[in-house]
Amino acid sequence: MEENAFYVALSLLVNLDASLYQIVVLSLQVSLVAVLIAALLGFPLGAAVALWQFPGRGGVIVALNALMGLPPVVAGLGVYLLLSRAGPLGELGLLFTPGAMVIAQVILVLPILAALSRQKVEELLGEYREQFVSLGMSKARMMPTLLWDARFALLTILLAGFGRASAEVGAVMMVGGNIDGVTRVMTTAIVLETSKGALPLALGLGIVLLTLVMAINATAYILSETAKRRMG
Amino acid sequence: MTSLNVPVNRPIELSAPPSLRFDNVEFNLLGHQLFGPCSFTLDGPGPTLVMGPNGAGKSLMLRLAHGLLAATEGAITWSGDQTPRQAMVFQTPVLLRRSALANLTHALAVNNVPRKRRAELAREALARFGLSSCADTPARVLSGGEKQRLALARAWALSPSVLFLDEPTSALDPAAIKDVEAAVQEFHERGTRIVMTTHDLHQARRLAGDVLFLAGGKVQEHTPADIFFSAPASRQAQAFLSGELVA
Repeated sequence: MEENAFYVALSLLVNLDASLYQIVVLSLQVSLVAVLIAALLGFPLGAAVALWQFPGRGGVIVALNALMGLPPVVAGLGVYLLLSRAGPLGELGLLFTPGAMVIAQVILVLPILAALSRQKVEELLGEYREQFVSLGMSKARMMPTLLWDARFALLTILLAGFGRASAEVGAVMMVGGNIDGVTRVMTTAIVLETSKGALPLALGLGIVLLTLVMAINATAYILSETAKRRMG
Repeated sequence: MTSLNVPVNRPIELSAPPSLRFDNVEFNLLGHQLFGPCSFTLDGPGPTLVMGPNGAGKSLMLRLAHGLLAATEGAITWSGDQTPRQAMVFQTPVLLRRSALANLTHALAVNNVPRKRRAELAREALARFGLSSCADTPARVLSGGEKQRLALARAWALSPSVLFLDEPTSALDPAAIKDVEAAVQEFHERGTRIVMTTHDLHQARRLAGDVLFLAGGKVQEHTPADIFFSAPASRQAQAFLSGELVA
């Protein structure tokens, strides 16, 4: 019975295992903070690219789209080089801290949020443009209006970003180091337990991770569907 | 484009509405001349109804006058020292994904109306157009007629001196058309210059003070409504009124 992954997962949850609790909280903290920062930067960036014409705009769009598929280990390597003692930001002493993990995940999530919100805002702008110009709105004034009116689509985009952040292991492993009690998150713990041969525990952790992600997605889905139905 | 932004708190001019002058205005796109060259002045009491067959350039003319498009050649000028406050109502009303009330307060906000006055002005405009009960309804679930009335209420709240309407009733049923026409009359009585396109001859007869008849991107005639409907001068207008196809 102890060998059954579902049993392990359940007993981990039921017994509120302290180290598991810590791992779950850290995972959520890192991913949610990363997604929040990426949203604050990425949504206005996406809207700006949708609104303004500038030389090299096509290049920016292609780059954002391509970076949606940036391999996490590459992002991790970049952040590692930046934050390592000899790197340009080495003095901050961020390497192997949750802060470094947040930075790596922001880099992974930002292109998704920017590229997808750019598409959505551009679509909306096509519908609203004449009315906006008629109202005498500047492009800077159009931006908050467009972002607010795209809110339901942005929530879905946000979930895609959160999915990428919470599922990712390569980057957080490289810049966090999977230090027990400091930078160990669910994905790195699963890698570690698997390599140790503790498969039921690894699988149990996997089930907990999956359940969490499902719960967050379900909540967001229900919220946005209700709101969408109300707003038409 | 930003010249459309005139403070909304300016008292409404009950005197003559500002006059609009097109001076050899042309609009070209990719080497095709889509409009003009045209010269005319709208300085009568109006409302001015812009008529003509499909592709005559009616919508283009409105967009040029309103500043949504820039003329390739020529000059579009208004009487007075500044561009008058304008609003436009489109064939398909463009409404934000918010409540009816929020659509109005948004328009007031972008026109720098102080926050405290927005809700009051917005509710006033909703009430005037019979939309009080829909204030908290999402604008995009309103019926076609209600949506167009909301677009008119939004224009009303901004107290424009000039109102452009681009076939505002072409997708509406007779009852909704009546509401829109009543609203246009109210704007007219408030001293707003009305420039409106329509395909509906009956509607033009009901509303028009003068008719600007376009065909082939050019003004064929600009005459008071009674003369236009009884004795149109241009061959195209004669053909249009008798229901023939106009090239």
